[in-house]
Amino acid sequence: MDTAPATVLAASFDEQVDSFFAPISDFIVSIVFFAIPLDFIDEGVELPLIVVWLVVAGFFFTIYLRGFQFRAFTHAIQLIRGRYDDPRDAGEVTHFQALATAVSGTVGLGNIAGVAVAISLGGPGATLWMIVAGLVGMCTKGVECTLGVKYRNVYADGRVSGGPMWYLSRGLAEKGMGTLGKVLAVLFCIFTLGGAVGGGNMFQANQAFSQAQSVTGGDDGPLGGGAAGAIFGLVLALLVGAVIIGGIRSIARVTDKLVPFMAVFYVLACLTVLVVNLSDVPEALWAIVSQAFSPEAGFGGIVGVLIQGFRRAAFSNEAGLGSAAIAHSAVKTEEPATEGHVAVLEPFIDTVVICTMTALAIVITGTYADDSSAPGVQTTSAAFETVVGWFPLVLAVAVILFAYSTMLAWSYYGLKAATYLFGESMLVDRTWKFIFCVFVVIGASSALDAVIGFSDSMIFLMALPNILGLYLMAGVVKREIYGYRRRLESGEILPVAERTG
Amino acid sequence: MPVSSSIVVGLDGSEASVRAADAGAEAARRHDLRLVLACVVPWSPYAITTNEDNERRSVDKAREVAAAQERVLDPVVARLSADGDIDVEGVVRHGHPAETLVALAREHDAAWITVGRVGQSRVRTLLFGSTPGSLIQLSSVPVLVVP
Repeated sequence: MDTAPATVLAASFDEQVDSFFAPISDFIVSIVFFAIPLDFIDEGVELPLIVVWLVVAGFFFTIYLRGFQFRAFTHAIQLIRGRYDDPRDAGEVTHFQALATAVSGTVGLGNIAGVAVAISLGGPGATLWMIVAGLVGMCTKGVECTLGVKYRNVYADGRVSGGPMWYLSRGLAEKGMGTLGKVLAVLFCIFTLGGAVGGGNMFQANQAFSQAQSVTGGDDGPLGGGAAGAIFGLVLALLVGAVIIGGIRSIARVTDKLVPFMAVFYVLACLTVLVVNLSDVPEALWAIVSQAFSPEAGFGGIVGVLIQGFRRAAFSNEAGLGSAAIAHSAVKTEEPATEGHVAVLEPFIDTVVICTMTALAIVITGTYADDSSAPGVQTTSAAFETVVGWFPLVLAVAVILFAYSTMLAWSYYGLKAATYLFGESMLVDRTWKFIFCVFVVIGASSALDAVIGFSDSMIFLMALPNILGLYLMAGVVKREIYGYRRRLESGEILPVAERTG
Repeated sequence: MPVSSSIVVGLDGSEASVRAADAGAEAARRHDLRLVLACVVPWSPYAITTNEDNERRSVDKAREVAAAQERVLDPVVARLSADGDIDVEGVVRHGHPAETLVALAREHDAAWITVGRVGQSRVRTLLFGSTPGSLIQLSSVPVLVVP
């Protein structure tokens, strides 16, 4: 019984973190997810404006660029295969590497937990809307990344970095809107700091802990105690700190190498669930399509389903948030439009392929209907468990790895935002990284509702300045992309193998 | 068949690769060919990298090229071109060592490729030890391996 006081103390620490954090989270959520009540359709139906903002942008650019994301597909694959890379540029960042880095930051819990949340709250029909959101999100992502490369910053020492802060300030200055550009860039950076500690950190730490706790025996297991969240968070924070503060980059490289394998394993696990339940697949597909348009709740339900699908898709593929533009900008190319082409593959891989796989597994096994626990990774885990008993264990490892690599990516996005706001200095660098590590502990100790609310809010806020900038620079993007495609079609730009002289 | 104009030698800083360069120089003198000394920095376009790696990549590449140039190529180029009777050129390129040597041989109309038998892995800019083996499989011109 010697440990009892310590446990009580630690348990109260977890609760204190939670009780301190929940009101802040609730307040921000109420602002960001300000929703118009649509009582004339059905009672209780609400339309969050932020989701409208993201989806309208996706549809606008899809129409404005005449379905660019679908026409970009073939050329994007040629680009990542290096068909257009000048041999003299060997040794620089390739299109493949820029895409892979961006994808490893994006693929993660949004694909596993986010999909489960969408389906648990919105029903199987939410899947279809997620796919639609993914398809239009491909276009938004292409637009962001074209601008990201066009207006990227080359530091005095030769390092290359870009992202919305640079295209908002530089791109809008070119159009005579310098002040607006600066204001939007600063806002974007502030929201990125919030998004980095929220969705990019606390949400990840929280779900990683919840998954570790669940596979080790739940509340009765070794991680079931009150202090477990804080201790798990501390260990995770040390691992994050070892890389971002300690500079042990080899850990990051090992993780990043494991992530693609884990992603492949994850898709294989989903396929196993599908194959084992092959006869149920048509029915699940029908449920996804039919319930997207006519859920049991009637017309009001459609809006609810649609919102869940769109919201989770945006959280998963980050299209319109601007985060990926930071990761894509380091690519070696003279043509910004090339990375715009390659970037459309990111939401495709993330949402159209991986999220759909998760959705099918969850819908087929029906685990989304189990409301005994909060929807999240467990929902997906339970779906896997119905087929192979040890899958949840591997899934737990995958979740922790995904969470870890996403955290490292977001610590970088946050750092770029912090140095944009406060200048390049060791003090800014270390302060940001230290704060980031502290939030790992808070995230692992906090209840999911508080964390998920805050994470969503801050991440979605990034879309406000970013998408406003995208609209204002839509003409610039169109010229870049159309000009590039024209030269590509006229044969002015040729694959390396066909070039002469 | 076009007349060859050069001999490509893979140089990685190892003693064997220096012997290969010497053999190449002698042959270049005898056949009146240009001598192309190539140092390939092992690199893959499909390696998985982090955001920080990508941000610094251009800087790192420039540093790797400079190191290869100074430590591996310059001393040998200076020594072999001292007599002034052969045309010696040093090239640094990133890529798969054997594939890159084959590409360079094509670009320079090489009569053959000469490499040393043993590579050492002390410096980062070295060729892999299995390079001669891969070369034999990939090359469209003869490969001369110097012990």
